[in-house]
Amino acid sequence: MNNSTGTALMHPAPTARRWLEQQREIGGLRKYVVYLAFALILVTFAVLLRDDGFLTSSNLINIGRQAAPVAVMAVGMTFALAAAEIDLSVGSVVALSSLVAARVAASNGFIWASLAALGVGLAVGLINGLITVKVRIPSFLVTLGMLGIISGIARNQNNLQSLPIRNDLFLAVFGGGSLGPVSTLLIWTAVIGALGYFVLNHLRLGRHVLSVGANRDAAKAVGINTDRIRVIALVMSATAASFAGVMLASRLAIGRHDLGESDLLTVIAAVVIGGTSLFGGKASIVGAVTGAVIMAMLNNGLILMGLDVADQMIARGVIIIVAVALSMREQRDS
Amino acid sequence: MTASSQPALLVRGISKSFQAVHALDGVSIELRHGQVTALLGDNGAGKSTLVKCIAGVYQPDSGSIEIDGKEVHISSADQARELGIETVHQSLAVIDTLDVPENLFLNREITRGGRIGAAIGLLDKKQMRADCAQTLDRLDIRIPSLRRPISALSGGQRQAVAIGRAVAWGQRIVLLDEPAAALGVEQTARVLDLIRNLRDNGVAVLLITHNMERVTAVCDKAIVLRQGRKSAEVDVKDVSKDDLVAYITGARTTV
Repeated sequence: MNNSTGTALMHPAPTARRWLEQQREIGGLRKYVVYLAFALILVTFAVLLRDDGFLTSSNLINIGRQAAPVAVMAVGMTFALAAAEIDLSVGSVVALSSLVAARVAASNGFIWASLAALGVGLAVGLINGLITVKVRIPSFLVTLGMLGIISGIARNQNNLQSLPIRNDLFLAVFGGGSLGPVSTLLIWTAVIGALGYFVLNHLRLGRHVLSVGANRDAAKAVGINTDRIRVIALVMSATAASFAGVMLASRLAIGRHDLGESDLLTVIAAVVIGGTSLFGGKASIVGAVTGAVIMAMLNNGLILMGLDVADQMIARGVIIIVAVALSMREQRDS
Repeated sequence: MTASSQPALLVRGISKSFQAVHALDGVSIELRHGQVTALLGDNGAGKSTLVKCIAGVYQPDSGSIEIDGKEVHISSADQARELGIETVHQSLAVIDTLDVPENLFLNREITRGGRIGAAIGLLDKKQMRADCAQTLDRLDIRIPSLRRPISALSGGQRQAVAIGRAVAWGQRIVLLDEPAAALGVEQTARVLDLIRNLRDNGVAVLLITHNMERVTAVCDKAIVLRQGRKSAEVDVKDVSKDDLVAYITGARTTV
């Protein structure tokens, strides 16, 4: 990747070339791939699907609304991956928190519904984290098991039926309403994204998460409580997923056992495309959110092109493999 | 520089076993302020285990540790650092994906925004970068760009950062596990200067090395471990390099 970038530009201006060389030296070009991909996909679909309304404002808003819950999950997953953990239980947490929100909203109102739904993520993340560090099982396996458990619990909630939500405040605040012309879904996504960016880049916690993910022994040697950091990273991931569940429940006005079920691959693809390493130590929140938008754009474009769900699944799988291949290659280079 | 009468670090009869292997068996050592002590021994003699026990990475099975005459229990790396013990481990303990100031201040970050900033850990990046530049300057460590991740630096520069961190924070005791193993001639000289600098500032230094040149260049005392026990303890000025090698191979002992 690095070699081709230098030769692809025939005669760049001196400053541009110097900048390129400098970026290449610090291995920084990788982080721009996601924005390049974004622009490329946008232009491609805009041209290919110009008669199918890809660029209409209603379709773009639709893409944004679809990307929002995935972006929120991606922000959480970024922290898990940054700490060299992974959270496979996010989809099931979305489902269970939507059901809990629906149930509590009917009996106890807006505030308790929100808190209870977020409590689902907090609790699942805490269990994931504690089992991972205390029993010393890789988070991959812990969260895989938890995925089964939480999905099962969600299925038992209402006999596989949707639970309708009729609390107007809940519906307006988290996903159904809008502030001026902007959907609350997008506002919440921006808020969570900004929060994630701030924590990762400007707080001690963010640096410690990256340290633990890059080199756990070295982090331990300077006195960082690595167990605590790993638990926090998994709690952040699951809590973000429960917030995504709240957003989805609010947008669709239901809680259902299969909400978020198929989002896991999309979330991981979004995060990895965005420049976060699958092996810890390197992470980008802006990249993850951009990755989520890319995935939603692809989804939308593929539908407009007439691909069915099965084809989309195949496309998503291919994208993940390509993204991981790039990520591995960079790992080897450094 | 005269060493004070109170030892900076006194390790008494420390033992550590891993299953059936006695890595350390009743080892006692003493480090003094303003002195450099070499810790010698063949591979597997127990040098790194001893350093890790002092640095709080391992918990010894028995024995005691005193710092400036006060008995301490070092239960974690964090606690060791609080007691003024800094360590440069053999496997370089730097984080490749962070930049130099972030590494230098890892787990000792400077925060801004008063009490609230300190509570949430709001980083003062500007201050850390400035302090870092100053520290590296003082130690004569030259790094091309502080904003680059450590992975973009050469092996020598990375080692310099790891040592710089220990030197910057090491108030009383600095443990160096083969600090110049991967370095060129000029960089090795720089590291030895850093060690002399520490000594002159009254720090007690323990230097693990396989290189006898370095022992005679900077060390005042040498302690030799063999199969987990102390086999020799000598003043470096009283012995030759050949004597030291003889102690290491077990051809001779003093204790």
